[in-house]
Amino acid sequence: MTIKNGSETINNVSEATKTKWNWKPHRLTDIEKDKIKKFFMGSREKEGFLKQFVVYALLICIGFIYLYPILYMLSSSLMTLDDLLDTSINWIPSSFNFKNYAQAGSSMNFWPVLGLSIIVAGVPTLLNVLSCSVVGYGLARFEFPGKKIMMGIIIFTFILPSQVTMIPTYVLYSNLKILSTLWAFVVPSLLAQGINASIFILIFYQFFKQVPKVLIEAAQIDGAGYFKSFVRISLPSAAPAILTVFLFSFVWYWNNSYLTRMYVSGVMTQSKWTTLVVQLQKFATNFNSYAQTEASGATTLNESISMAGTMLSILPILLMYFVLQRYFVESIDRVGITGE
Amino acid sequence: MAMSKESKKEKKAKVKIKPGRLARREAITGLIFVTPWIIGAAIFLIYTLGSSFWYGLNNIRITPMGKNFNFVGLGNYTQILLVDTDFTPQLSQYLFSTIISVPVIVVFALIIAILLNGKIRCKGFFRLIFFLPVIVVSGPVMGMLADQGAATISTIDTQAIGNAVSGFLPRSLAESITELFGNMITILWYSGVQILIFLSALQKIDSSMYEAAQMDGGSGWECFWKITLPTIKPMILLNVVYTVVFISGNEQNAIITLIQDSMFSGTKEKGYGYASAMAWLYSLVVVLIVVLFAVLLMARKDIYERQVKRARRERKKEARTVKRIERRGIRNARKIEKARTKRKYKTYDGSGDY
Repeated sequence: MTIKNGSETINNVSEATKTKWNWKPHRLTDIEKDKIKKFFMGSREKEGFLKQFVVYALLICIGFIYLYPILYMLSSSLMTLDDLLDTSINWIPSSFNFKNYAQAGSSMNFWPVLGLSIIVAGVPTLLNVLSCSVVGYGLARFEFPGKKIMMGIIIFTFILPSQVTMIPTYVLYSNLKILSTLWAFVVPSLLAQGINASIFILIFYQFFKQVPKVLIEAAQIDGAGYFKSFVRISLPSAAPAILTVFLFSFVWYWNNSYLTRMYVSGVMTQSKWTTLVVQLQKFATNFNSYAQTEASGATTLNESISMAGTMLSILPILLMYFVLQRYFVESIDRVGITGE
Repeated sequence: MAMSKESKKEKKAKVKIKPGRLARREAITGLIFVTPWIIGAAIFLIYTLGSSFWYGLNNIRITPMGKNFNFVGLGNYTQILLVDTDFTPQLSQYLFSTIISVPVIVVFALIIAILLNGKIRCKGFFRLIFFLPVIVVSGPVMGMLADQGAATISTIDTQAIGNAVSGFLPRSLAESITELFGNMITILWYSGVQILIFLSALQKIDSSMYEAAQMDGGSGWECFWKITLPTIKPMILLNVVYTVVFISGNEQNAIITLIQDSMFSGTKEKGYGYASAMAWLYSLVVVLIVVLFAVLLMARKDIYERQVKRARRERKKEARTVKRIERRGIRNARKIEKARTKRKYKTYDGSGDY
């Protein structure tokens, strides 16, 4: 019932009832109508309530879908076996059962493997930053023949799946006797060929192009060589790019189980290098053998324990994300991949 | 566009001038800076690509004495394509699911980016959530989640969608679509980086453009199609390529596991050579998908660009005509001059003059 209709019907009400109830209809003035309309539909200056409501509803819904797996993981990792089987318990377990974490952690050998994971992800990352910054600077600052071709090849290597070069690389490493050692990650990242190194080269390239050339020329007039002007002038100004490359490279090395298993921790044999993610891949077998040896607290593998294991394997990097989230989220803005 | 034109002009100008000592020294220094990459590319790209191609043509058996190469020509490829029961279905499955899910991911990322781009409270919080999967997503974690059924929204009835779709689509396509709905969360999780790229591209669009459009009476919808989309078009291509590469390198992808398995398989016909051939076929498909999307996205030029191009072409044509007329005039003048000097030129009155 619109407002206009409302007022008409009220006018039709007999005089008697009006006096009896002594009730006067409140007519909406045009300004008030306009105000209400503006509140819902919005105006040129301000977005309306309806639109904002829809936007927030959509964002919250999608956000929930995004968080759903993690929330699910968290809640079911804290459940006991009884809670799992109880259909009335959906999200909140009847009691927080941290034993799952203890069992999963000790079957994964958590603390030593955490240290190894940090080394396996960290060392190639540092080298990646080093080599990619040097190469990116060389591409951005200097003109030399074949530069266009080089850029083309860099983009091509990004598209090319790593599987096609994987087998000869594997053979090469085993010939060089660096298979199943950390060197298998160190060597390519030192030569700017690590995981997704082409993206990092392009990030540095883009960033160093923005550094004014005048700055470097001024340093050179003051007597700095090419290398010195790179280390002293360009590199310190590229702190955002370095941070971005460091974070992304770390995350990608951390999450990569395919190549890590292939080159560093070994497919057939087990070397001393392993990461949490690789351990998670073999979680079921690991846990079963652990349960057999440890006769006392032995339970069979259930959903809660494997969820606890998954949670443990992402927990360190999740913590890192929450501490450094500002840098992650703003990284793409600051590096200016979208500049061109 | 204009930038590249200018740099080309500069380059042309540079070519004419003989490079001086400084330029030569700079070129050498530049080469020194990129040397690590050149060495790396020689070892890890050119050498490995070459030998992987060579491996693909051989049947390789590992003996205690070393690797035993046995040249089989295209035998591996025919074996994979004609005999192997796993690879071809997996590959076509991969192809269809990628072609379907890439647009979904990119469009989805664009929608979220546009939502976030407005005036919104807790923008940082939402960005935090949408970027979270990038940190967490890895093969084993996704595998675990898929095993526990946490990667699907349980309220969506995938079976019903599958049944509905399979009525009017070929089976393989219908399967891919069903799978798409089944792995909705996985699909959404893959769009973290894309959202950020779109968001930062959207924030760089000059707001005065929108104001000008509003003055001219353009609605929000028109603004989106005529300002937003053309401006972020390069980013769409970037995101599409990124998504394809990400999906193809993801450990959830069955093919790369298949390649690894056949690499370490002890059977007679499989092994390094067989796996290399597989990897080549696989990369061919990946590159093809990227090229397909690139062609699709680059072919559509927007109206403005087309007009500029047409104007340029017309201007060129005009210039050519002017030049031709000029040249003809010069030629004629010369001819007449020549004829006049030789007194061969006959006019009506016979004087040789006009």
